[in-house]
Amino acid sequence: MNSPLVAPTSRSSSFRLFFLLAILIGLCSGPFWMKGGMQQTFAEFLIYLALAQLWNLLAGYAGLISIGQQAFVGLGGYALFSMSMLAGVPVLLALPLAGVIAAIVAFPTALIAFRLSGPHFAIGTWVIAEVFRLVFAQFSAMGGGSGTSLPAGIVKTISSVRGTREDIIYWLVLATSLVVVAGIWWLMRSRMGLGLAAMRDDELAAQSAGVITTRLKFSVYIIAAGFTGLLGALIFLQKLRISPEAAFSVNDWTVFVIFMVVIGGIGSLEGPILGCIVFFVLREFFAEFGTWYMIGLGALSVGVMIYAPKGIWGLISSRTQFRLFPITQKPPTH
Amino acid sequence: MTEIINSILQGLLLGGLYGLFAAGLSLMFGVMRFINLAHGDFIVAAAFGAFAIVSATGLNPLVSLVLLVPGFAFAGYCIQRVVLNRVIGRDIMPGILVTFGFSVMLQNLMLEVFSANSQRLDAGWLSTASVTVGSISVGLAPLLTFAIAVALLGGLGAFLAHTSTGRLLRATSDDSEAVGLMGADRKHLFALATALASGIVARAGVLMAIKTNFDPSAGPIRLLFAFEAVIIGGLGSLWGTLIGGIVLGVAQGIGAAIDPGYQILAGHVVFLIILVMRPQGLFARQKS
Repeated sequence: MNSPLVAPTSRSSSFRLFFLLAILIGLCSGPFWMKGGMQQTFAEFLIYLALAQLWNLLAGYAGLISIGQQAFVGLGGYALFSMSMLAGVPVLLALPLAGVIAAIVAFPTALIAFRLSGPHFAIGTWVIAEVFRLVFAQFSAMGGGSGTSLPAGIVKTISSVRGTREDIIYWLVLATSLVVVAGIWWLMRSRMGLGLAAMRDDELAAQSAGVITTRLKFSVYIIAAGFTGLLGALIFLQKLRISPEAAFSVNDWTVFVIFMVVIGGIGSLEGPILGCIVFFVLREFFAEFGTWYMIGLGALSVGVMIYAPKGIWGLISSRTQFRLFPITQKPPTH
Repeated sequence: MTEIINSILQGLLLGGLYGLFAAGLSLMFGVMRFINLAHGDFIVAAAFGAFAIVSATGLNPLVSLVLLVPGFAFAGYCIQRVVLNRVIGRDIMPGILVTFGFSVMLQNLMLEVFSANSQRLDAGWLSTASVTVGSISVGLAPLLTFAIAVALLGGLGAFLAHTSTGRLLRATSDDSEAVGLMGADRKHLFALATALASGIVARAGVLMAIKTNFDPSAGPIRLLFAFEAVIIGGLGSLWGTLIGGIVLGVAQGIGAAIDPGYQILAGHVVFLIILVMRPQGLFARQKS
């Protein structure tokens, strides 16, 4: 690990507190000042931010490079739709339940996927996500391959006014995203996080220092799956329409997320946030170029991986001592 | 009954093509402990390469191999030397993420050049000719594809077993650092392995283009088939890879006979079952 083992100084710590508080207030009051499509874009940004943090937790810390997280996005979405449409579960209850279901399904999934390691694990998770997609394409109660829409009657139980409904969904997305970011920050400062950071730096060394890496990886996989499922439910609550292609899209829910984490900086908490911002800015300006935009994005992430494997945040943090989310700990004094 | 035998037979012949998809992947993993996530996209790129050559010259697709195989082998050698050798090492992450980026770039490049239209190559009389035995009729093209796949895998096996370069590649597979210490140029050997694999990819791509429709987004599923065949067969075994491809092909054939929607799913499910019951694969020779 490159960062020195010192506690942050109090001056940078109060600046950080002020900075984070300002952002928090700005985001919470979003529905009062964001205009038109802006709120939609911010909600999407927050969802990607959380997805990127979760993928970074898996790949950057636990070394689990999954190309199959769309399995849990789609599962969460389908869980929400089927619970509310087939069983009449209230939407606001179905949301957390969707996350729980994704976490439960992650157990058998992990038992299969964990038989593979390294690059094989990556492709194995992709196969499993494909299985999910093909199975849900046979799910006729949810429209099979062509999918289904959430009936207006159910949508209106959130609020019958469209604007209010969008505000409520925005705040739900914001709350989830904050829980994910704060939760991972807290996790990384805990004993478990110490094990994860050790594993990121050298898995073998972590094992010999007493970190039970398999159990840690398993826990991280389940946690990430649960929150990814909850985010999936929120994504399709926003879209109001679900289909196997959209729900289990490797491009939308994994490729973009990987680009964000790689460009921003893998293996740090700040990197995915930075990558997410860069991604949305680039998209705003260049998305109209379609295929060339995607080629450029791919080239950028390949370039970053080769020349600056720690991403943009790695370039910044190696030159300054500033950390937005400090997780370094004081060495024990004897 | 005839229908079931027929679908099993079709699956078996398809398995030869899957074995060919898998051989390149298996070779690169064996030598470098490295998986190219753009493998499927390279296969589709070869198919589009043949499509471009055939459109320009009107030659039979199989003739395009004369250009494509050396072209792909050369490109493979260069990509390995210039880019991929930088990301090979104890940390597997850069290799995975760089080739994943390649996959997205290649798909979009093909989309830009060849549009999203689905294509298929016509191999002339070969595409329609068939052999009939009793009540079962088999197309000549799948039969030929299978024969070519078996011959290629046999040739590759003989190359690895009996030539000095093959010996070096096998030694690299066993312990690449020791081979480096013995004075061999590992970077060159890695690039040779990729060149060899790319030559196979070119052949697999052209054979696929004759067999089925393809479009710029058809790569990832080919990567998954190749991967499944490798894991089913067991790492490090060339003939195991062919058997893996056949198991996958037959599973898909039987699935398709039940319901066309089950074709791909049946293959995935059989792969997952084998992964759970026998994670080392049917004919494992080396540990991952």
